Amino acid sequence: MNMKILLVDDSRTIRNIQKNTLKTLGLTDVTEAADGLEALSCLANQRPDLMLVDWNMPNMDGITLIKKVRETDKSLPIIMVTTEAEKSRVLEAVKAGVNNYVVKPFTAETLSEKIQQTMAKCAAAT
Amino acid sequence: MDVKFVNAFVGSILNVFKTMMSIDVKVGKPSLKEAELVTAEVSGIIGLSGEVQGSVILSFDMPVACAVASTFAGAELNPDSADFTDAIGELANMVAGNAKKDFHGYDASISLPSVIIGKGHRVSQSKVWPFLVIPCETKLGKFNVEVALITKKAPATVGV
Repeated sequence: MNMKILLVDDSRTIRNIQKNTLKTLGLTDVTEAADGLEALSCLANQRPDLMLVDWNMPNMDGITLIKKVRETDKSLPIIMVTTEAEKSRVLEAVKAGVNNYVVKPFTAETLSEKIQQTMAKCAAAT
Repeated sequence: MDVKFVNAFVGSILNVFKTMMSIDVKVGKPSLKEAELVTAEVSGIIGLSGEVQGSVILSFDMPVACAVASTFAGAELNPDSADFTDAIGELANMVAGNAKKDFHGYDASISLPSVIIGKGHRVSQSKVWPFLVIPCETKLGKFNVEVALITKKAPATVGV
């Protein structure tokens, strides 16, 4: 599998944890962004096959980023990975266009399952 | 302070440490403090706003902070490591964020984390707010979770 992944989280610790999980799935082509603005720059250069996005970040938060991405790209698989666990927040994210949702704290198994589930669903939809 | 907020933070501490680090936390009896608190050497701070306002502080002595940050990040970290404050801040973020999902009926937002390092530093809190100290013990050492908050509305009722 040679998928391109974009990780968007202001915590390098979390990005490293996510990268370790991706590695176990054989996914090593990873680009990192520390906020929504950086992510938009990355997206302008290259469209990834999957994007993992945090909610609370400086400069541009995850929900704003997702809304902007969905203005032009309806099919990019997006997983939100966040501490925001209330039902109202999950619904807000789904409305904005996320394909899946992972609540922090998460285990490597949970993240791995959600990534595989999301990719399978998105592949079936195309 | 409403017991549901205390329970929310206790549950969150247990969940975050167990899920991210496979570490059991023994939570001691929470106590209320009136005066400005003298913290330990490392503080990870998150602000709360909205219908619940205040702050949450994870307060560690340096050796415990290093051990916890290293275990959380899965790499050896010390105070000079670039990722040391990042790991402590993210841990505080997870504890606060995970707790607020159990603030049933209250809508709250969390700030981005701040981390302060320095022996004997003080984090000033409003003197009129209840200040709860939750003592925690793990195999990596002891730390405190300090919570100062007030609510800004009556909780919403569920159903009709």
